[in-house]
Amino acid sequence: MITLHHYLLVSGVLFALGITGLVIRRNALVVFMALEMNLNAANLALLAFSRYKGFMDGQVLVFFVIAIAAAEVAVGLAILVALFRRYKTVSIDDLNSLKL
Amino acid sequence: MNTVWIILFAPLLAASLILFLKRWKALSAALSIGAILTGFVLSVQLFYRFLSLPPELATQLSPTPLKWLVVSNLFTIEFGALIDRLSILMLLVVTGVGSAIHIYSLGYMKEDPSFSRFFACLSLFTFSMLGIVLSNNFIQIFIFWELVGLSSYLLIGFWFHKDSAAEASKKAFLVNRIGDFGFMAGILLIFTYTGHFGFAENAQLIPQSGLQAGMLTLAALLIFCGAMGKSAQFPLHVWLPDAMEGPTPVSALIHAATMVAAGIYMLCRTFFLFSGSETALHVISWIGGITALMAALIAVAQNDIKRILAYSTLSQLGYMVMAVGLGGTTQALFHLTTHAFFKALLFLSAGSVILALHHEQNIWKMGGLRAKTPFTFLAFLIGTLALAGVFPLSGFYSKDEILLLALHHNPLLFAIAILTAFLTSFYMGRELFVVFFGKARDHHTYDHAHESPLVVLLPLAFLGLLSIGAGWFGFLPHFITPEGLPPHHNPFLGYILLLVPASGLGLSALLYLKQNPSDNSLKKVLGPIYKLLENKFYFDELYKHLIRWTQGLLAQVCEFFDLYILQKGAINGLSGGTQMLGWAIRHIQTGHTRFYAFLIGLGLACTLLFLLPPN
Repeated sequence: MITLHHYLLVSGVLFALGITGLVIRRNALVVFMALEMNLNAANLALLAFSRYKGFMDGQVLVFFVIAIAAAEVAVGLAILVALFRRYKTVSIDDLNSLKL
Repeated sequence: MNTVWIILFAPLLAASLILFLKRWKALSAALSIGAILTGFVLSVQLFYRFLSLPPELATQLSPTPLKWLVVSNLFTIEFGALIDRLSILMLLVVTGVGSAIHIYSLGYMKEDPSFSRFFACLSLFTFSMLGIVLSNNFIQIFIFWELVGLSSYLLIGFWFHKDSAAEASKKAFLVNRIGDFGFMAGILLIFTYTGHFGFAENAQLIPQSGLQAGMLTLAALLIFCGAMGKSAQFPLHVWLPDAMEGPTPVSALIHAATMVAAGIYMLCRTFFLFSGSETALHVISWIGGITALMAALIAVAQNDIKRILAYSTLSQLGYMVMAVGLGGTTQALFHLTTHAFFKALLFLSAGSVILALHHEQNIWKMGGLRAKTPFTFLAFLIGTLALAGVFPLSGFYSKDEILLLALHHNPLLFAIAILTAFLTSFYMGRELFVVFFGKARDHHTYDHAHESPLVVLLPLAFLGLLSIGAGWFGFLPHFITPEGLPPHHNPFLGYILLLVPASGLGLSALLYLKQNPSDNSLKKVLGPIYKLLENKFYFDELYKHLIRWTQGLLAQVCEFFDLYILQKGAINGLSGGTQMLGWAIRHIQTGHTRFYAFLIGLGLACTLLFLLPPN
């Protein structure tokens, strides 16, 4: 029997993996992917709650998240391409010119 | 309308009218003199009515007090006029001596450009002094007390274009302020315990209010501080000699006869406070004794005709305070009254001398004036003899009572009082002989010397008669307390009292009754002590340094606080702290995205840890 807890556990593990990826990876593309993983972990948790508690609000929210994530990726990838053209690198450790 | 209110408010009316009419000198003077003469006549009338009424009806003479300030049901401050033996006596003294001095001023101030202002101030003073005398509660007496201080300030600094006069008025005001601060604290302390300001209520409540002895002593001594300032008792005596910078009628009226007596009057009025505290009475009697002796010593080595009299006033006030401290309010008031007469007489005749010599005040530049101003000489002689306590002038009787009191209560104070009496007759003899005898030392002023006009001499005659006769038949003490002072036959004291003035005057005659008197022999005998006395025990210098030192210390403390605590601590500390905090927080901004992500994760983990239930 698969319960809410199982879903939440998976969601948590996914989120933790995403955070780990965010922190340890240098390639901006991979960082993006890790970020997507975080979003999807959240989606999973929302869906699970929605299914088990019988509210539709969670499912609606997930649609929003998916839509916004798509837009965000479009913008993010565009920035990445622009950055690569300018600095010839996508390593986020080298992109620190905003630092004081 | 009750006559008492007329007595009180006529001088105020005169003073305020003169403000508008000061262009007409004669009218101003007439208003001022008219006001005080009215007061005198009505006071005498009041006096006869008081004597004709049986004692239990005499209280009806006081008009109904006005409710002046009513603070819900917490307390009420009245504006009243208390008529009893004490206030009638003072009314007579203030208006009687005051009238003489007002008339005398006509002659003395004749050529002064601010003639009208002088009379306005004089009337303001009369009003304030009568206010003190008639007060029936502490708040009222305090307000008039301050008004008296103000008018004294105005009159000492009457010739304000002279630096010394301006300084003297400032000094008098400030020194009085110290005493008045104590007075006010005392009033508030009493009010906290009894909840009343009235004299009658407090006299009734204080014995039964269960006020602790310590608290009562404190309250009594604080009230005494007020008297110490006004009556110029040691250590607040320094202002009175300087107050001689004012015109001579002012010195006579304010700084000899009436205002300085206000302290003594107030002590007698509030004696119910002191009678409960042995310690307070003890302190008061010693302060009085010390002042009496100290001032008499200083007077021996002064050279200004008015300053000698000023120190003599201090000394006599010391006698009165000592008498109050020994429990003898009757004796104190008796001496107050006779002193008012003969000291006003002395000052006015000194003023007449000053007038004759065109404002010369140094006694060593006078001499031989007996022939030129015979009438003034006679007045001064009567005053001197009365002050020295020569039988049968008024001073003899009042001094006798105080000495007897001291003899019964405190032999040491008695010895001090005898020594003071000896010194008194000595320095008065010195002044008399140097000024009126011998040969003229400054021929220019001597040749121009002339006897004063009649308006100056008439008051002298009036006061002279009072100085001679005020002590006779035991009338005054009988009026002050109905049963009078107990008759006494103490041959020991009698001989001393005859001997002391005679020896003092005799010694001064030996030293100064010559053609060319000088202080040389006195200087030789006393040596360095003479220098000490000449410089008034260096009190002024001592106070100057003390004040400079405390002020310097206070300024340094303030500077330290401002520089180190406010400027360096609060202001620089705040800006420095902000900078430090900014510097510390700036290091979190590494610019590494991964580090930010790590912090976000950390924050999230912490939030979760905090939000989730512990199991």
